[in-house]
Amino acid sequence: MRQSLLALLAKEPAHGYELKQALETIFGGAYPSPNIGQIYVTLGRLEKDGYVRSVDVEQANRPNKKVYYITATGREALETWVEEPTEGPRVRDEFFMKLVLAPMTGLSDRMALVNRQRRHYLSLMRDLRELAERTDPANRVALLLIEGAMLHLQADLDWLERCQEDLP
Amino acid sequence: MSSEAPVVRAVNLVKIYQTGGLPVPAVRGVDLTVEAGEFVAIMGPSGSGKSTLVHMLGGLDTRTSGEIWLDGRRADTLSESGWAVLRREKIGFVFQFFNLVANMTVADNVELPALLGGVSPRQARERREYLLGELGLADRAGASPAQLSGGEQQRVALARALANQPRLLLADEPTGNLDSRNTRDVLRLLGQVHGQGQTIVLVTHDARVASMADRVVSLLDGQIVDDGAIPKSRRRPLGAAGDVVELRS
Ligand SMILES: Nc1ncnc2c1ncn2[C@@H]1O[C@H](COP(=O)(O)OP(=O)(O)O)[C@@H](O)[C@H]1O
Ligand SMILES: [Mg+2]
Repeated sequence: MRQSLLALLAKEPAHGYELKQALETIFGGAYPSPNIGQIYVTLGRLEKDGYVRSVDVEQANRPNKKVYYITATGREALETWVEEPTEGPRVRDEFFMKLVLAPMTGLSDRMALVNRQRRHYLSLMRDLRELAERTDPANRVALLLIEGAMLHLQADLDWLERCQEDLP
Repeated sequence: MSSEAPVVRAVNLVKIYQTGGLPVPAVRGVDLTVEAGEFVAIMGPSGSGKSTLVHMLGGLDTRTSGEIWLDGRRADTLSESGWAVLRREKIGFVFQFFNLVANMTVADNVELPALLGGVSPRQARERREYLLGELGLADRAGASPAQLSGGEQQRVALARALANQPRLLLADEPTGNLDSRNTRDVLRLLGQVHGQGQTIVLVTHDARVASMADRVVSLLDGQIVDDGAIPKSRRRPLGAAGDVVELRS
């Protein structure tokens, strides 16, 4: 979340609640709506690292609000983040650990593990499909995020099938 | 569950192909019951017997042993012409490789089963217009199958299979040639007809399609290794506070 907050602040200064709202508008239901506490914790860390600064802005009849803005260091960090290639897919997979190790301990057999996992993936896929149906068709960002999650899930399912074929 | 006969009941169904003297067991003792209105997805690796199984259920391939009951009637003992009648009356089939009639227009391909089923030409046309419209093919009605892309032919095949509002829809990889947008049209139509009570048995690799089903049956080496409902998710529903993406702070 650090980088997304930095990116939003690179566009314009904002206070915590505005950042929360901007994330929700841009990513829709596909993005976990961060709670305001998480946002302030992250902003606090960014400030400590010198990436952002804040100023108190007076408001009529209300307590002051803190408006955050990005620093030159913050802008550099953001540029580095944007320019470096992003990590590829994970290679450590928790389910695979279970699949390989659990039968050795006699805890569960592989067929049962694979079958349970397949049903679970399909249930997640149903959630994603329903989320996509509920999402505003104009929100391309949210829909692409959901489609990406669906494609990952499909790959997981295909891999599950390979495991079932090749592991005795 | 109602007391009416299941739409499909297969008992210890076996298929052994004989190729050049060597027996190839493709389906090895499958028991499967599908109740009226159920949507069952069949999954499994390539060569696990999925196509063979649904072909046998539709009478397109003879069984080696075992029983097939459709809508309460014994079907595996039917002659080829007996199967043809049963298919015309009760089964819509979507093949992996479409099988459209080449010298008929798309519209005629879709209307034919309904006309053979005895509905009026007007009803057949209305049903065809509805199905092609839902699948984004309204403007292809006058084309011949050869003028269509693989994905378009596949959707026409689905429309044809549903023209008759059959007792049972059997489909073998009905989205195998579709891009993501066309798959969405197919999913929407399947959801609609399933909601209207259509019984569906469908082979698929596509998890989006399978996730529409009430139940998933997994085949491995010609045998069922899993058969059960797709569970309701245990997590809070995705939505305003979705968790598709991991949050890192
Ligand atoms: N007409 C046929 N003649 C001989 N063997 C066949 C024939 N059709 C399928 N098989 C064999 O039967 C097995 C199951 O095939 P199939 O039902 O097509 O599997 P799937 O649809 O799951 O990929 C495979 O080993 C395949 O090679
Ligand atoms: Mg097949």
